[in-house]
Amino acid sequence: MGMSTRLATGGRLLNRARAVEFNFNGKRLTGYEGDTLASALLANNQVLVGRSFKYHRPRGIVASGAEEPNALVNLGKGGRFEPNQRATTTELFEGLSATSQNHWPSLEYDVGVLNNYVARLLPAGFYYKTFMAPRAAWKHVFEPIIRQSAGLGKAPKDRDADRYEHFHAHVDILIVGGGIAGLQAARTAAASGARVLLVEQTANWGGRAPADGSVVDGIAAEEWITKAVEDLEKMDNVHLRTRCMGAGVYDHGYALAYERVADHLPANGQPRHRLWRIRARQIVTATGAIERPLSFAGNDIPGVMLASAVRDYVANFGVSPGDRTVVVTNNDDAYRTAIALKEAGLDVPAILDARPEATGPLARRARDLGIRVEPGKGIAKVIGGKRVTSVKICAQSGEGAALEEIPCEAVAMSGGWSPVVHLWSHCGGKLTWDETNAHFRPDPDRAPTNQDGEGFVKTAGAASGEVSTANCLKDADAAGRAAAKAAGFKPEPGDAATAEAEEVQPMLPVWVMPQGAGIAKRMKMWLDYQNDVKVSDVQLAAREGFESVEHAKRYTTLGMATDQGKLSNINGLAVLSQSLNSEIPKVGTTTFRPPYTPISMGSIGGEARGELFQPVRQTPIHDWHQANGAYFEPVGHWRRPYCYRRDGESTEQAVQREVKNTRQALGLLDASTLGKIIVRGPDAGRFLDMLYTNMMSNLAVGKCRYGLMCSENGFLIDDGVVARLDDDTWLCHTTTGGADRIHGWMEDWLQCEWWDWQVYTANVTEQFAQIAVVGPNARKLLEKLGGMDVSKEALPFMQWADGTIGGFSTRVFRISFSGELSYEIAVPAGQGRAFWDALVAGGEEFGLMAYGTECLHILRAEKGFIMIGDETDGTIIPQDLGLDWAISKKKDDYLGKRAQARSHMTDPNRWKLVGLETLDGAVIPDGAYAVGEGRNANGQRNTIGRITSSYYSPTLDRGIAMGLVDHGPNRMGEVIEFPTLGAGSQPIRARIVDPVFYDKAGEKQNV
Amino acid sequence: MSDAISALSGAHATGYVTVTEAGLRGMITLRGDLGATKLKAAVKKLIGADVPLVRQNTVNADRGVAWMSPDELLLMVPHAEAESCVAALAKALTGTHHLVANVSDARAVFRVEGAAVREVLAKISPADLSPAGFAPGQVCRTRLAQVAGAFWLTDDETAEVVCFRSVAAYVFGLLEHSSRTGSEVEYS
Repeated sequence: MGMSTRLATGGRLLNRARAVEFNFNGKRLTGYEGDTLASALLANNQVLVGRSFKYHRPRGIVASGAEEPNALVNLGKGGRFEPNQRATTTELFEGLSATSQNHWPSLEYDVGVLNNYVARLLPAGFYYKTFMAPRAAWKHVFEPIIRQSAGLGKAPKDRDADRYEHFHAHVDILIVGGGIAGLQAARTAAASGARVLLVEQTANWGGRAPADGSVVDGIAAEEWITKAVEDLEKMDNVHLRTRCMGAGVYDHGYALAYERVADHLPANGQPRHRLWRIRARQIVTATGAIERPLSFAGNDIPGVMLASAVRDYVANFGVSPGDRTVVVTNNDDAYRTAIALKEAGLDVPAILDARPEATGPLARRARDLGIRVEPGKGIAKVIGGKRVTSVKICAQSGEGAALEEIPCEAVAMSGGWSPVVHLWSHCGGKLTWDETNAHFRPDPDRAPTNQDGEGFVKTAGAASGEVSTANCLKDADAAGRAAAKAAGFKPEPGDAATAEAEEVQPMLPVWVMPQGAGIAKRMKMWLDYQNDVKVSDVQLAAREGFESVEHAKRYTTLGMATDQGKLSNINGLAVLSQSLNSEIPKVGTTTFRPPYTPISMGSIGGEARGELFQPVRQTPIHDWHQANGAYFEPVGHWRRPYCYRRDGESTEQAVQREVKNTRQALGLLDASTLGKIIVRGPDAGRFLDMLYTNMMSNLAVGKCRYGLMCSENGFLIDDGVVARLDDDTWLCHTTTGGADRIHGWMEDWLQCEWWDWQVYTANVTEQFAQIAVVGPNARKLLEKLGGMDVSKEALPFMQWADGTIGGFSTRVFRISFSGELSYEIAVPAGQGRAFWDALVAGGEEFGLMAYGTECLHILRAEKGFIMIGDETDGTIIPQDLGLDWAISKKKDDYLGKRAQARSHMTDPNRWKLVGLETLDGAVIPDGAYAVGEGRNANGQRNTIGRITSSYYSPTLDRGIAMGLVDHGPNRMGEVIEFPTLGAGSQPIRARIVDPVFYDKAGEKQNV
Repeated sequence: MSDAISALSGAHATGYVTVTEAGLRGMITLRGDLGATKLKAAVKKLIGADVPLVRQNTVNADRGVAWMSPDELLLMVPHAEAESCVAALAKALTGTHHLVANVSDARAVFRVEGAAVREVLAKISPADLSPAGFAPGQVCRTRLAQVAGAFWLTDDETAEVVCFRSVAAYVFGLLEHSSRTGSEVEYS
């Protein structure tokens, strides 16, 4: 068997002085610094690198860059394990460890390859056809098999060991691609003074030109590139970035670039990836072109590679793909590969040129080097299993009768070049079909447009569809100039680099080789290597009516693999158009969507992981909670204590203790999270009368009033206590989760609807720590600390006053959400902790205990107070909750009034709030439904109500609940049933009662 | 009255720039007609500076005034003076439609120092932090990763970053992570 191996000399990207050890499937191998994993594998004769998705066919490296469909590996270990990494874009580093994917039990012997032998039974769309019936087969036969074989790489098991970040950059011109076109465009654009960012996805500048042997400005491309980069680096207005791929182009000149900062230097303290979020006035895509495979039988056998890739491996990495390489082409460019191989001392048994004659200068040069050139010929069939052993050649114009068999280790194929139009297309750039080069290229007259309707993306070089070096440079200069001008700069009269014009023999479109190949051959012609889509599959899709290219794609899975059809799309749609007897441009392309190649989830998340995953809001008293056994619950982005567990206590026990203690002695609640919005101005009263359902304009200075807010649709959206601070100023308390939302709601009405009303608002939620001192001993504690008069006479229920307590400057509100004697005391946040500590110390003799949100919930439920988010869910109006008393009849209007008058809202059959008392004291599950007589049209039992809040009440020692019940308030005393889940479980029976379970007269809070 | 404390008690981190919680700062929200003579005079008297133009920020020793919106300013004074300044402003603006609020304790302030201050901020804010886009003397209300914030440069190598007090630990964490040695972008 032939070998792929390292050549004794050559390899412009290698540092042969530094050997690098790595590991593939457990084998220790050696490469050089500068290698990619792919080049190092080839240098070690590891051509077979994986198995295909469906048929588990052996797969070899086919390309040398981002377009590689086959060489996907599981890379790294533990916290640095990542599947589906392309070997061709993975730089080799010391200790790299990779395993091949999608095989069992081993790469060489794979059981799944059996699929290959039944391929005739697994045609395009077989998923849709096969699994229709019988139904039982899905569960017991198909799904287990598919689960076993689905997926390419393995899912990582460990937490990602690396860190990631974002970076925002604002530039005049972003240039994507650091080949000679990108460099020239950057030179031209930068000369105008514009801020230029040039990004290149690989570690090296210059793109294909050095490997192609291009000559620029009379010197070797490599030399010109070095100088161009040096010149650009000296300019203050230019920033250059390698290992940074332009991933996507979006509206308004927004672009994403994916920088692989430390993939090649793992665990060195750098972020692994950095996602660049770029705002650019203009974007130039100099993204080059990708070579197309040819569709001949056996074109997927390891050793069949793109001609350009073979050239790259020889020139860049000093790697021979095999001693003997047959070149097969429909264009001049592949001759460069034959010449490069020959000049490296390797054998090229034949160049098979599908064109009837080969007359270009490169063909002449190949003949001069003694290479056999066979015009009008193609490959009838590649022979080999896990490796190419020979090719049978035939006439391109025939049906594939073999004329000769040529032994070889590698096949270098070229079906022409397709410009990389992805970034151009992401944001709506249109394409045009180029007959001469048989490819889609960007149509400069239909560029993606920005906010002004002007094009904001230009293309440069091969990405524009240019083929020769000379034209690429000319086009790049023009693109740089146009971009600078569009960005508002004056391009300098230029001295763009030039190259000699080349004589080229036109290429010949070849979509199937040979032209008249029969079905047996077409079933072995691969279009999509990763997803196993063949010429015959696309033809079948067309016959079965999947005529739209988007339908054909989904039916066959063409282009749906991780490479997103970079090699297969054009060939596939050409086959489709032939099958439909239609023009290629009429069939069109599928949609190009970002990112250009897959980017890591880590880079998308950026810094947002671990502690920084989400902002956690903390009150000034947070540390005390943490030190005192708080069991936290999220409330909005806040963390609030649910309860404080003491030694040996369960959560439930802690909650019960807190409830009893607050009712019987003294509780302390951190209420700092409640929203506090100042509303001030001559029209503030009128404004609040519109926002709340009740009157706020007539609230006396010094007093507090509970109010409800509804949306325009009448639904209850927030509640809270409003205090009038002075003639012009009100302070509105909102729910914890409502502070920002209600502040925004207020500003929305003021800025957009009532812009002529004189009202200002300010959200001062975080200026204050607010502490509720609750329970029969509340006043005793405050009087002990001393200061202002907090007696019933000086500060009655539902009033507020400023003053000092214990030396702290405070504002005290006599409001209660618990039904007990209660003071809510606000101090500046910076003194919140000190004030809390003073209360805790002073309260010890009165039995003070802090309590959490669950205790708060139970206290309010015992009092029948509603909770936004429990009793409301966006479909509830105040009238449903018996809150008619809080709706002003005097006002002409308030937000929601009109909606609440609509027939559905006034329907007497709306479920209404009641209390529910279980007959046996049990606690009804939250959200449970009550059932009535009969069944509905779906055969389900009719429901007559549901639970909105349900608790065990330590005060009453029984389950209590609130719920919405059909005609509930008219059915006091009736018993209804709540079925429960579980076999044999009995329904819970509950009596409809008043929702106020505790101190209905309100005597305890008003003392 | 107890001494007020800032959210993070002067937390500090050293990476390729330094991040320090700057302690208490007196901050006053003033909403009103920014073109009105009375308001302009009151600001001048309190801060010793004119009402700033759009996106401008004036620092005058331990005082400053920043433009927040077409009808809002942020006044900065020593923390201990905030309450008396609020009272003085309210008095000076009597009879005009305005709102003055002490928001000193609602905020946390960080000082970020080092040559790379711009790029550290650019990791968490979408604002244009290039010298052409943002200069000392300007203020930027923006987003710091997932929360609201604002910052300004006091010189080319020093920024002050303001956020809400409740997310002080989060913003400190963002700045610490972004300035960790090894994550230099070297973008200039």
